[in-house]
Amino acid sequence: MSVSRLGNTFSALSDPTRRAILASLATGEKTVLELCKPFAVSQPAISRHLRVLEESGLITRRIDGTKRPCRLVPNAMKDVQQWLDMFRRVLETNYARLDLLLAEDASKPKPRRRKT
Amino acid sequence: MSKLELKTEADRHVIVTRRFAAPPEAVYKAHIEPALIQKWLLGPDGWTMPVCISEAKPGGKIRYEWSDGKGRGLFLTGEFVTLEPYERLVHVERMHMPDATPDNHVETRFEPDGNGTLMVMRMTLPDEKTRAAMLATGMEHGMEASYVRLDGM
Repeated sequence: MSVSRLGNTFSALSDPTRRAILASLATGEKTVLELCKPFAVSQPAISRHLRVLEESGLITRRIDGTKRPCRLVPNAMKDVQQWLDMFRRVLETNYARLDLLLAEDASKPKPRRRKT
Repeated sequence: MSKLELKTEADRHVIVTRRFAAPPEAVYKAHIEPALIQKWLLGPDGWTMPVCISEAKPGGKIRYEWSDGKGRGLFLTGEFVTLEPYERLVHVERMHMPDATPDNHVETRFEPDGNGTLMVMRMTLPDEKTRAAMLATGMEHGMEASYVRLDGM
């Protein structure tokens, strides 16, 4: 997955309605109408959210007559989690080094402060 | 044992929380003194920071240059906004990869916590898209290597 694609994915996930749509799709394929039901949002608004989710690679839509049912792309969420984990890991690498540095510093006698 | 908490808040914020077994004064200094910064703010193993400019005063310049020792590198520039020893730092930073990323506004608090310090770093990005890209590329604090590694994914 490319970096810009992943930026889109995070962006897509930042909206509560889109997260709710994904949660709803976790139970299986649904049409736009079925997805509209639980939300106090118009159908065009839901369609816009679906377009964002589709462009970010989180869902796919197939053509079934006049309907375009949506479903989750398997493993798409796993990639997002991997990036967050990566971010966390590198931060933790830095702070583990800082822990060592602070421990070293504490074991040394305090240098006397000089006026400059 | 992971003492690090990483979370997003609203549309534009990323909050990092971490405890240290040293007093706020020591943790604060490790964030502003070049000789100390060069020892820990390095990102993944193998990377070094040959250049570190950190003028710890309001308006003071920040410039970190990282190198992977194999010809790859990147740098960050920024400015200090507010310094309240040993409690709070506010600065703005941007990564150059090589194009500059949008400004990341960072407030770092150092709170006494028993014999140690609770550090809370609050990053504010211009918008949710930028925050998303920041998380995804791991631009913060030398996370470029994960970006490089994942380039081929």
